[in-house]
Amino acid sequence: MATKIQAIVDRYEGDKGQLVSILQDIQTEYYYLPKEALEEVVKLLNVPMSQVYGVATFFKAFSMTPRGRHLIKVCLGTACYVRGANRVVDKMELDLGIKRKETTKDLRFTLETVNCVGCCALGPMVMIDDKYHGQMSSDKVSSLLTKYE
Amino acid sequence: MVRLSSPQQLEGLRKSIVERKDRSKPCIALCVGTGCLAYGCTDILNAFKNEVEKNSLQDKVDIRATGCPGFCERGALLTIYPQGIFYQQVKMEDVPEIISETILKGNIIERLLYTDPNTGERYTKEADVPFYKRQQRLLLDSNNKIDPTSIEDYLAIGGYAALAKALSHMKPEQIIQEIKRSGLRGRGGGGFPTGAKWESTREAHGDIKYVICNCDEGDPGAYMDRSLMEGNPHSVLDGMIIGAYAIGANLGYVYIRHEYPMAVDNVTIAIKQAEELGLLGENILGSGFGFKVKVSRGGGAFVCGESTALMASLEGKVGEPRAKYIHTSEKGLYNRPSDLNNVETWANVPHIILKGADWFNKIGTKGSKGTKIFSLVGKVKNTGLVEVPMGMTLREIVYDIGGGILGGKKFKAVQTGGPSGGFIPERLLDLPVDFDELTRVGSMMGSGAMIVTDENTCMVDMAKYFVGFLQEEACGKCLPCREGLKRMLEILTDITRGEGRKEDIELLERIAATLKDTSLCALGGTAANPVLTTIRYFRDEYEAHINESRCPAGVCKELITYSIIDEKCPGCGLCVEPCPTKAITFVAKKKPVILNQELCIKCGTCYDICKMKAVGVK
Amino acid sequence: MKKLLNLTIDGRSLQAEEEKTILEVARDNGIDIPTLCYNEDLEPYGACRLCLVEISKNKRSRLVTSCLYPIEEGLVVKTNSDRVLTNRKMLMELLLARCSGVKVIEDMARKMGVEKPSFRPQYLDHNECILCGLCVRACAEVVGTSALSLVNRGVNREVASPFLDTASDCIGCGSCVYICPTKCIKMEDSGDTRTIRNWKVNFKLKKCKTCGNYFAPEKQLEYIRTKLKLPKDFFDTCPNCK
Repeated sequence: MATKIQAIVDRYEGDKGQLVSILQDIQTEYYYLPKEALEEVVKLLNVPMSQVYGVATFFKAFSMTPRGRHLIKVCLGTACYVRGANRVVDKMELDLGIKRKETTKDLRFTLETVNCVGCCALGPMVMIDDKYHGQMSSDKVSSLLTKYE
Repeated sequence: MVRLSSPQQLEGLRKSIVERKDRSKPCIALCVGTGCLAYGCTDILNAFKNEVEKNSLQDKVDIRATGCPGFCERGALLTIYPQGIFYQQVKMEDVPEIISETILKGNIIERLLYTDPNTGERYTKEADVPFYKRQQRLLLDSNNKIDPTSIEDYLAIGGYAALAKALSHMKPEQIIQEIKRSGLRGRGGGGFPTGAKWESTREAHGDIKYVICNCDEGDPGAYMDRSLMEGNPHSVLDGMIIGAYAIGANLGYVYIRHEYPMAVDNVTIAIKQAEELGLLGENILGSGFGFKVKVSRGGGAFVCGESTALMASLEGKVGEPRAKYIHTSEKGLYNRPSDLNNVETWANVPHIILKGADWFNKIGTKGSKGTKIFSLVGKVKNTGLVEVPMGMTLREIVYDIGGGILGGKKFKAVQTGGPSGGFIPERLLDLPVDFDELTRVGSMMGSGAMIVTDENTCMVDMAKYFVGFLQEEACGKCLPCREGLKRMLEILTDITRGEGRKEDIELLERIAATLKDTSLCALGGTAANPVLTTIRYFRDEYEAHINESRCPAGVCKELITYSIIDEKCPGCGLCVEPCPTKAITFVAKKKPVILNQELCIKCGTCYDICKMKAVGVK
Repeated sequence: MKKLLNLTIDGRSLQAEEEKTILEVARDNGIDIPTLCYNEDLEPYGACRLCLVEISKNKRSRLVTSCLYPIEEGLVVKTNSDRVLTNRKMLMELLLARCSGVKVIEDMARKMGVEKPSFRPQYLDHNECILCGLCVRACAEVVGTSALSLVNRGVNREVASPFLDTASDCIGCGSCVYICPTKCIKMEDSGDTRTIRNWKVNFKLKKCKTCGNYFAPEKQLEYIRTKLKLPKDFFDTCPNCK
């Protein structure tokens, strides 16, 4: 792991100011922020762990616990909200048996809400991994979820 | 590509690019912006490429992947040049026909043209389509004329000519005067005069200064900056380099929210290309001025759209704002003079430098010059990005460009300014879009999100939505915002559950007043606007919830019941299986289904799925 | 040479050095402005908002935090105007709703005329921490170890050690304990061990060679010794016996 983290930090020339971007690249690699990875960052950037942990818990992009194989992002931006996005999330919670921000026990899905992915014309919008599913409604949820292992 | 060392060399390169282009060769400009990704535009792009290769048509037609042309409701979109034929709602299956009919034979495919739903009229050319006709697309027009990952395309439409002019013919002070005279005001929401900001940064003490581009665009429902950054990143860089030269900054940052990966990619490519050509780096175009740009990503925090929080994030710290009694133009990033401007503000700069302040300040109103891009979304027919001159009325935007309300419902309010703004009711629709006019009625311009709501939108629920959003996004540093939003959310939630108390409206107003007066930053300071405007213009809805436990719009779960409208129900049974609690019983074909209220959890699935609108809400 | 500026606070004409804050000038002149997150040895933070005052320049008035606002020539300051008092009361109500049952806060609120918050009693919280950040700032600015930080965001914000586990950078100096206005950081010295429960840390205390008393954590002494480049046996005797 140490070499991978070194490579990521080198990508940003060891610039402390790029801590958020560095953490994002770590998150992309490991699907969450492992403690050991953060310990490496502390060593390489020479910043206190309290700062790294503070940043990791401040920004919504980061997860300190392993995430599911598929990341569901339901947009709750205003445009999607007025078109009924809340009902979509509620149905997902029902179908998956978890609440928002949680991961299914079998690590299949993590359910998150985001505030605007910028596809307002097609609201309500749901992103699963990097695929966009527009004009979602509560009745389309079940069939959508079966498409993902 | 050879590194350019003078404006003359730049013009020489531009000339050769333009001369090389065959103006008469057809070009299919297909939008691959994030919005159209959801329409499957990647598949359509590949289908076009395959079709061209399969039939060896490379010298007969160009395929260009472009940024967003704005008419997102009708995606996937493409325009065929040089004629300007506009096709909308294009699907993968249409690709072979477009090639064989329109490209090879010059025939128009009628079904792909835009048809006005009100008049039935069809439009062939993009410029004639009513959605576009009333706009003034100073900034967005180029989006479908270029491939955003090609600096040659940007040069071909006159790109970086403003930079060359600024570096070779203008002194920094002159540039600042020109921007001041233009009347350009910040497009991110603050509306602060850009020229004045540049001037104070220039005059501040210190040798090291920074310019920053704010592409955090946190307002939900807003995606103007995304489209500019994805579709024409060079235009933003063009403006930034000019600004850096005027201010005396040699390092700049572009801060993009991480939810915009395509924007991050495209601006990173653009920076690399500009560096290769010598438009970034040392001694730009032989002027002696050097400037470098770094890209930094946000981590999912609305508060990082606030300038001091953004700068903290750029320093690798949490996005906590600080007091701005000492302006960031004096002490900003790393305590050095920093100028921060929004994407759209930067994109306006090259136009002002090339065409002059006098040309710019003829557009718009007395206090608000130029154009503004709005994301017109929500319950409106023509959702998309519209760019209009300041001063156009809200009514014109919602009805003439937006086409009016979806599904023939009644208009209720338009929300501007994002979570910092407010709701504007029907009787104020003739208000012109203008910084000061919108603030006067309790809302604000904001970054440009314009959310249209109809009779089925509950205003108390919307107030609760915005307060909930802000509570989640608040940094938590200052007492009034952190605790005040919490208490407001509790009260609003209770009201939507029918547990409101008589004194709640007054209590909300009291908390709101303290939020406004005492919050550390603008997030808290404007947090009360959605609540205050809904109380101001829709007090009756609050009173119905509190006094009668009734939700007039039929939204608040605890206060509504879904029921089957027997006369409309054809007994198809479509709603039966999806019902999560098996509350609906199928009787027989042509007989209405029965909904058991005891089992109903108000999930709204039946309401959403019923094609006959046979589910009623009360 | 710093310029002397003229300003008015509550009708009193005063003179003070430029770059001073309104709060510093007020305190220099015996004018009382309430604070919770302010400490004169730390950089002002501006989180509690209690030190708000009303300032006016050219007819327009607004509220600013006196701990951060640098004085200006001709500034007119009111520390107890109606606008200030109304806001201070609401701020105390909000704080009281967060910290019901915390005596220090209840006393402070009562002094400002706030007996009970106006919010629903079933939603009141009982936090002891007021999130003033003094502990974090002292640890970072004075001690220099930055063992703690403010984690999470918004209503979930809290002072914590990394991973909510043992604060490995903590040296046990107890600065956070002393500076905390509500005394919610619990430290206990028992025999040869010091425990700070909140950060899940304990330290072996150093015994004085002369008087035999345990006087400070070994880790803290080693930190100071290294930082100030003192001789190895410098802390073998406690400060009392030196």
